[in-house]
This record gives sequence, structure tokens and C-alpha cells, in this order.
Amino acid sequence: MMQNLHQLKESPSQTAGPYVHIGCMPNFLGNTGTYPVDLGVSPMLDGALGQAITITGRVIDGAGMVLRDVMIESWQADAAGHYPGQPGADANVTGWARFAADFDTGFWTLHTIKPGRAPAPNGQLMTPHIALWIVARGINIGLQTRICFADEAPANAACPVLARVEHKDRIATLLAHATAPGTYSFDIHLQGDAETVFFDI
Amino acid sequence: MPDTAPATGPLIGRDRNWHPPAYTPHYKTSVTRAPQRALVALGSTLTEETGPAFGHSILGPLDNNLILNFTGQPAIGERIIVHGRVLDDSARPVPGVLVEIWQANAGGRYRHKKDGYLAPLDPNFAGCGRAITAPDGRYEFLTVRPGAYPWPNRTNDWRPMHIHFSVFGTGFGQRLITQMYFEGDPLIARCPIVNTVPSADGVGQLVAPLDMNAAIPMDCLAYKFDIVLRGRRQTRFENRLEGM
Repeated sequence: MMQNLHQLKESPSQTAGPYVHIGCMPNFLGNTGTYPVDLGVSPMLDGALGQAITITGRVIDGAGMVLRDVMIESWQADAAGHYPGQPGADANVTGWARFAADFDTGFWTLHTIKPGRAPAPNGQLMTPHIALWIVARGINIGLQTRICFADEAPANAACPVLARVEHKDRIATLLAHATAPGTYSFDIHLQGDAETVFFDI
Repeated sequence: MPDTAPATGPLIGRDRNWHPPAYTPHYKTSVTRAPQRALVALGSTLTEETGPAFGHSILGPLDNNLILNFTGQPAIGERIIVHGRVLDDSARPVPGVLVEIWQANAGGRYRHKKDGYLAPLDPNFAGCGRAITAPDGRYEFLTVRPGAYPWPNRTNDWRPMHIHFSVFGTGFGQRLITQMYFEGDPLIARCPIVNTVPSADGVGQLVAPLDMNAAIPMDCLAYKFDIVLRGRRQTRFENRLEGM
């Protein structure tokens, strides 16, 4: 016998299921009357510094079908690369947003500001990125990925996180592409040839 | 540093053998929604070690009372308290974090436009609640026990009675959604979603025992459900790690 480490196991994840909106986005669902507003409708307040951007995309399954019951949360730094709560952070950037696919079209939209570069643990700067956490019916544990930007090529090339992706052709799956000034497109493929890189962080 | 100070260090990697894998074919929707490529392993960065904070100002007075928080008139069903603590892997309380729940009504019907089950809606039950953990990590809800309901998976699959939980830690990398089940429910062992959890011990961690000591006589029963978030590495040496 040996000593016990006295460590607890993390509560096992379970799928968010198809009705996640009831608990997390009741007003979006049309269930008004309990909460005055949904949490996370915007990751910023009026006056947030930086470039305002809109990112639109879909989540697509391994059979090419668009998910209409997916919920996504995002977390990001302000325009200078500071996270909320850090010294010097933009008080008008709350950093966190929660959004869902449209029940009819499957498109989701995030209105935010383009984040700055934050340091990795080794001191190198990460490329501008928005972390995503994706939950839905059929997803047993939330998927973690990042939105990076195709128009940040030098920063992408120097990013220690993107450098961890061994199959370099897959880095393209993490890049949002500008479709108009300040407007980006970012589709997420859960499975298959175009599969998005997901992280075990 | 006091024992209860929130940890801020790097996140310890998840035990992916303890959590459900992505591909669990008896839960049919997972088949086309499971990544096939390996996850790219990454030590946590500032992005995962920081996360949103929620103050008590977001809460209304009835937010954790699902019996009254929709219309003010009481919902129908078995009145229960659901309470517990949010803990880290060292069993330290995690205070000040948001816990959200959602569930079906006593007949197993969700207030969601995509739920077409024939059991009726309860006009006084929305099925959502939220709370922020106290300094000792505690939360509590008053609700009705949800009913089991059928779902189109195999020909005769029924979800056990369950409450969905969404829990925030202090870092975005700790985000967790799970489900709470009820002690003694014979549907637990038959459920393909429950059985995505690989081990019996893991399943057991999601089953809330009846807690008669927390029940209120002549008013409501109680169930206890503690939630453990992934841990953070405590800094024992100041040496900076090489690389990531």
C-alpha cells in the first residue's frame, strides 16, 4: 500500500443536449420572463478600444450538415492583449460572449473587437486570437479551439501555439478570413477532411 | 496565502480517460459530431487561465428558485432542494463562480420550441435557474424533480431524471457542462448518454444522493450534488519552464 494523494477527480462532462438554450440563453430561445437579459450577449461595452469586427460562421458535422443547436462561448483579450482583470486592461472589454446558431440557418455571429497579442507562458507573443468553447447535442465534452486571423500572417507565423500544430496544413482551419472590411468568416468543421483543429488544453 | 484563496496557476491537463470520449456510437448523434483527428495538446496559457467573473448584481432574488421564478405562481411537481459545493481537485471550495441549471418539468417536458413530447408544459415552470457560489463554495436551488422523457435514439430510449449543470471556474479552460442524476433511478444504467462516461466511478460522481438532513419537513426533499472542477498546478518552484 502507499499513501493517498487526496485528489478529487473532475466531474465528468456530459453533453449540453439540444435544449441548452433553456438554461443559458432563455431570451434568445423566446423564453422571456425569468431573466431580464441573457448573459454574454456582448463581450464589450460602449467605448471599447480597438477595431470593431464581426465574425460569422457555421458549425458543420461529419456528414456536411449544419448544426442548428450548437452553443458557443468566446473569451478574448482587449485590443492591447490584456485580459479582463489584468492591470491596464480596457474596462470596456468584458471578454466573454455566448452565442448560438440560428435555429433556421445555423449561422452564428460574434460582434467584438479584434484582440491584441497576449504573451504565452514562455514570454513569446501569441497571435491575436479568440478562444472558443463549443457545446451541443452529440458533443460529449466541450470542444476548445481558437479563431485566429488570416490577415495577421506575421503574428501567426511567430505564434507559439500555432507552432504546436504538427500538421501545418491544418493551421488554415484556425484562420478567419476577411470578407469585407471588419467582417470575417469562420466555419468550424467537427469531423472529416476539413476538420478544425481542436485543442486539449 | 489562506487555504481558500482561488488558485491562479496553470491548469492541470484533463484526464480524458475519465471524461466521455467524443465518439460514443450508442449515443448516435455523437457519430458525426466527434472529431476524428487527435486533439492538439497544449499547456494552458493566459487565455485559459483567465476567465469571466460574475458579480451578484446579475442575480434576481428568485433566480435560484425554479418553482417561482417564471410567473410567481408555483410549479407542479415534487418539491426538492438541490444543493452542493463547487470544489477544486484539492477539495478546496471555489467561491464566486456561476452555476446555471436547466431541466424538464415534472412530466419530462422542456419549455423549448424543439421539444414535441406529448407531456404538457407547466404554465408556471420555465426550467432554468442560476446561482453564484458562496465563500465556502456552496450553492442551492429550489425546484421540482424533473420527469424522465423519451428521445429518438434507439427505439425505446428514455433519459433518466436529470438536471443539466453549467459551471464556471476562475479560468475559461475550466468550463464544464454536465448532468446530475438522482439516486436509485433505474434508468441511469440504461442510458447511452450516461454510459458515455467510461467508468462506474465516473458515473457515480454524477448521481446525487437523497439528503434527508437538508430536507425541510412538510415542505421539500433534498439532494446533494458536489461539482469538482479541474485543478491548477501550484507553483512549488519559481523556475520558469522552458518552451510552452
